[in-house]
Amino acid sequence: MITRQRLAAGVFALLAALTVGIAVPSTAVADETTATAPKVNLLLDVSGSMRAKDIDGQSRMAAAKQAFNEVLDATPEEVLLGIRTLGANYPGDDRKTGCKDTAQLYPVGPLDRTEAKAAVATLAPTGWTPIGPALLKAADDLEGGEGTKRIVLISDGEDTCAPLDPCEVAREIAAKGIGLTIDTLGLVPNAKMRVQLSCIAEATGGSYTSIEHRDELTDRVNQLVDRAADPVVVPKAVEGAETCAKAPTLTSGLYTDREEFGQQRWYRVDVKPGQELRASVSVAADREVNPDYGVLLRAVTVKNREIVRGEAAGTGRTDVISTGLRYPKPEAENAEDPAEEDVAESVCLQVTNSYSPASGVKTTPGLPLEITVDVVGGPDQASDVASFGLGRGWWLLGVLVLVGFLAGVLWGWLSRWRVAVWRTN
Amino acid sequence: MRITRVLSAALLTLGLAVSPAVADSTPSASPSADGDAPTEAGTSFRTAAEFEQGRTATASASTGDYLYWSFPADAGGRPTVRATVKLPEAAQSSSTWQLDVYDGLRRRQACQYGAQTRTAGAEATSVELSCTLRTVRAWSEQWSDDPLPGTYYIRLTTIRLATADLGLPVGVEVGADSKDIGGSAAVDGSLAQPLVPGIAVTSQQDEDEESSTKAVLSSLEPEDGWASGWWSDRWVWTAIGAVLAALAGIGGYSLTRGAGRPTRVPPPGA
Repeated sequence: MITRQRLAAGVFALLAALTVGIAVPSTAVADETTATAPKVNLLLDVSGSMRAKDIDGQSRMAAAKQAFNEVLDATPEEVLLGIRTLGANYPGDDRKTGCKDTAQLYPVGPLDRTEAKAAVATLAPTGWTPIGPALLKAADDLEGGEGTKRIVLISDGEDTCAPLDPCEVAREIAAKGIGLTIDTLGLVPNAKMRVQLSCIAEATGGSYTSIEHRDELTDRVNQLVDRAADPVVVPKAVEGAETCAKAPTLTSGLYTDREEFGQQRWYRVDVKPGQELRASVSVAADREVNPDYGVLLRAVTVKNREIVRGEAAGTGRTDVISTGLRYPKPEAENAEDPAEEDVAESVCLQVTNSYSPASGVKTTPGLPLEITVDVVGGPDQASDVASFGLGRGWWLLGVLVLVGFLAGVLWGWLSRWRVAVWRTN
Repeated sequence: MRITRVLSAALLTLGLAVSPAVADSTPSASPSADGDAPTEAGTSFRTAAEFEQGRTATASASTGDYLYWSFPADAGGRPTVRATVKLPEAAQSSSTWQLDVYDGLRRRQACQYGAQTRTAGAEATSVELSCTLRTVRAWSEQWSDDPLPGTYYIRLTTIRLATADLGLPVGVEVGADSKDIGGSAAVDGSLAQPLVPGIAVTSQQDEDEESSTKAVLSSLEPEDGWASGWWSDRWVWTAIGAVLAALAGIGGYSLTRGAGRPTRVPPPGA
């Protein structure tokens, strides 16, 4: 059976390899791996301010170009890389036109290093800095596929296209649930720009870096591209309900959801007797929140009796607050009906958070929520504090020796007394 | 079912045949077989970089990043996590750094001692943090958050930072090692499976035998595997106690017999 299968597979593979191998080897590989391949979109600011000569004596543009060349050389084979520019084409003063100026310089796909480098070489500092619209377009470029998606935004100025706040754009992109991370790099940044770029990064779980030297730029972009190439577990999107009765049933796995400030989320997990439920939840702060916060995860029965809870509170700057719980369900004992022994119990999980938004921060979409659920075999119940009820230590030895000695003495006296009694009789 | 299997096998072979580079894309987040420590940190629980105890993981990052690592810890040990942060020279004001340790259920674990949070002045070149956890126990009641065998997460970040210092380059070194506490911490009971996130999924995948290329939340386990939990030096203590008690009993018994025959009892046959 197995042999036949293998044979079939082998023949098929050989044929396929031959056909495709002769025709177009590189695209074939791309097609096959595209679905799960990591995608990175480099988003480069080509606004007029990039002319400033303050990075190692070079202009910012020259430094960025040089860094890009090195990054393109070092990009891992499996990464699908694209380059988008903002402010590259419209040199005029019309704000409306300038704020639409974003273009795909190199499409997201298998990387042809020579072509990509040639495209980068054509860039010249030109126009406005429409970060918000560019982010939206860049997210569209990355659509499709199962792999990790990352935008690396390199900019030297804050967004010049208010009122569209790029930070909110980033949050909305993250709320689409496509698992996209935006990392931002600020070239010779000022305070306002730092705040804006780090806000964009935090909204999507990315990172912000200030760049003062060219090698820093190269290293960081390389690092981010490599990070995209690392395979990670992609969580499943799920939508929790307001009450347990309507809650979606989860099985073992990793899930994401969104939870607004002050909102409750309910989920259900089926646990059979003799199994253990392990659940953990993380609520991320993807926007500015007040510095004291908490999260509560409760496991309750369908009749609303609390079984166990996990709670956490924290203070200070944070990305996430998380907690977890375990619920080992005991083996069913002397159930009247043997069929009942294996009936799963529906455990309701309730997630609440006590984040509060800083003033002026939008409350929708909700905060990102990550849930892990593992239903595993149940543990041994402990019947004693100590391992197998065994003893340990000098006190134990002392007691044992003393009791042993006394028992010996007692036994000796008893037997002497018996011998004496027997003799006198 | 069979068709999909054949197809996937064919596709796999195809991938292997045409492009070795694609096939070589092994996960770099999980360290290779020789156990090299990672030179990158993760940015969330999901992407935490794994390393084994006794190794030093390094990373270059930016101030304001949230850095995550994970390591396995087994029952009977008391892990200590240490971190050294090389602070940026360009920092203009002080920053507060914090090291948090979470267990496999992402529950924050208390530090018995060690400087978990430290404020570094603007001129400081580095800051050292450490956290000694409670002893990892083989079992605990569901309502307690005692450390249990499994994966432990480390999170390192600045909890207070001036905006002007955001995004500056820092170098980070993180290590973890355990002190063996031995039988005094040997409790009864054991977990059916260690507290490793995603273990229900990974054990299923192992049965399907196609897990090799799939990303997992946590893949490392202690060098000699997870302890089964039945052995502890309590066996030795109890056994020695039993032997000593027996000897003491013999001693006590012979004491009552005196040295030889009692004087008023005539020898048999006299």
